[in-house]
Amino acid sequence: MYVAVKGGEAAILATHDLVAEERRGDPSVPELSVAQIREQMQLSVARVMNEGSLYDEDLAALALKQAQGDMIEAAFLMRAYRTTLPRFGSSVPLDTATMAIRRRISATYKDLPGGQVLGPTYDYTHRLFDFALMANGEDAPSAAIAPEALDATMQRVPDILGDEGLMEPEVPPADDPRPFDLTRDPIEFPADRDVRLQTLARGDEGFLLGLAYSVQRGFGGNHPFAGEIRLGEVAVQFVPEELGFAVDLGDITLTECQMVNQFQGSKDQPPQFTRGYGLSFGHAERKAMSMAIIDRSLKARDFGEATEYPAQQEEFVLYHADNVEASGFVEHLKLPHYVDFQGELELLRKIRAEQEERAIALKEAAE
Amino acid sequence: MSAHKHQTERQYWMGVLARSTADSVASLLVSLGTVPAYEVIKRPETGTLMLEARAGGAGRRFNTGEATLTRCVVRLADGTMGFSYALGRDRKKAEHAAILDAVLQTESAHRSDLLVMIDRIAEEQQAQRNIVSRKAAATKVNFFTLVRGDG
Repeated sequence: MYVAVKGGEAAILATHDLVAEERRGDPSVPELSVAQIREQMQLSVARVMNEGSLYDEDLAALALKQAQGDMIEAAFLMRAYRTTLPRFGSSVPLDTATMAIRRRISATYKDLPGGQVLGPTYDYTHRLFDFALMANGEDAPSAAIAPEALDATMQRVPDILGDEGLMEPEVPPADDPRPFDLTRDPIEFPADRDVRLQTLARGDEGFLLGLAYSVQRGFGGNHPFAGEIRLGEVAVQFVPEELGFAVDLGDITLTECQMVNQFQGSKDQPPQFTRGYGLSFGHAERKAMSMAIIDRSLKARDFGEATEYPAQQEEFVLYHADNVEASGFVEHLKLPHYVDFQGELELLRKIRAEQEERAIALKEAAE
Repeated sequence: MSAHKHQTERQYWMGVLARSTADSVASLLVSLGTVPAYEVIKRPETGTLMLEARAGGAGRRFNTGEATLTRCVVRLADGTMGFSYALGRDRKKAEHAAILDAVLQTESAHRSDLLVMIDRIAEEQQAQRNIVSRKAAATKVNFFTLVRGDG
C-alpha cells in the first residue's frame, strides 16, 4: 500500500546534484564525450540498444554516459524515451541474406561457400592486459586490407542442409501474418514464436546467457552447434503510405546466430536437425547465441518434448527476461513501505501478546 | 546495402541521401546556388520504426526492436512534393533531403548536376563498404591439411 506523503523535495533535489557530481568523477580528468562512448564502447552501446529495444547509437551512448555506465539504467532511459515518440510504422522484414558481412563463422562446416571470416573478435586473444592502452598517445591502429572484397552475399549455413531436407524448414506461416507486438499487447500463453523472439530480443543478456548455459549443462535436452554466426550491415527499408514504394532508410549493424540442434524425431516428424534463431542489434554475439539456444529450448512443446526444465518453460522465461521490468519490481522495494511495514509490525506485536497471554493462562491452569 | 536491383531512380537517390551525412546533404543544397521556394508540409519529425525480421532469416515475421527515424515532407512552388526518410534524429538533414528529393523530380536545370553529385556520393559510399569488406576479407581463414606420416 502506498500513501502520498509530502516532504523530501529538498533532499531529492540535492541528490540530483550529488549524483551529477559523482557521475563526473574527478574534474581534473577530462570529461567523456558521447561520441567517444559511441565509437570506443561499441559493445556496451549495442547491449543498451538491445535491452532498450531501440536502435540509435548516439542515444545509447548518451544513456550510458547519463547512467554512469549502468547498463540496465541506460536501457531504462532508452525505453522511457521511446514512449515519447510516435510510431511511423514497421519496416520491410530485414533480409540478413543481403548482409554486408564483416564476420561469418560456422562450427558445422569447415569449407563453406564464402568461407570462414573471423572479422573483429576477441575469441583468439590471450586475455592478457594490454597496458599500452593505458598509456597515452597510442598510435592509430590499422587493420590489414585484402586485395579483394568478400562475396557480396553469402548463403545462410542452415539453408545448405535445408536443400537436403535434413534441416527443420523455416518458412512463414500461410498469409505471412503481421507479427505480435508486445509493446502494444500483453503476452498470452501459450506464446507463439513471434512473441517469444521479440521478448528474447529485448531480454537481459545475463539472464539469457545463464539459461542457455543451463540448457547445455543438462537442464534441457539440446545439443546445439553454432551453425552460423554472422555480423554486418543490413539495409532498412520502409514503405511510407504516401509513397507506396520501399525507401532505403540507411543501414544497421546486426548479429545473427543460427543454432543447429539434434532431434530424435517424433510420430509426426522424421529425425532431423532443428533450429534456434538469435538476432541482435550491433555486435552482440553472446546475446544472439544465448537467444538462439533458448529459442530452440522453447520449441519443446512444438516438438512434443517434455518441458521439465526452466529454459523450456515459456512463462518462466518470457516473464523474467526483461531487465527493465525486473529491476523495476525488485528495486521498487526501496520506495517507502512505511504503512505496510507498520501494519505488519502491529500484527506481529498483537500475535506475540496473545501468545504470551495464552502461555500465562496455561501455566496458571497447570499450577 | 548496395543499390538494389529493380530500384527506380527516385528510390536510388532517396537511399543515397538517407545514407549521407548531414554535411554532405547540406552541401548538395548549397550547390543549387539559391534554394527554391518551398513550403513545409510535414515538419521534420522524429519517431520510431518497428524493425521486423524473420525467424531463421526466412521464416515467421517477428518484431526485433525499434529504430529512430526522421521524416519530412515539403512542396515546391510548382506543386512538386519532396519526401525524406532516414534512420536517426537529424531534422536539418531531413528537411534538406526532402527539398532535394523535390528538385530532383523537376525539370530544373540543376537536376543533372545534382544527379552527378549524387552518383559521386554513392561511389564514395560504395568505396567505404568495399574497404570494410576487404578488411574482413583479410581475416578469412585459409585451411590447410597437415600431411600425416605413413608409419
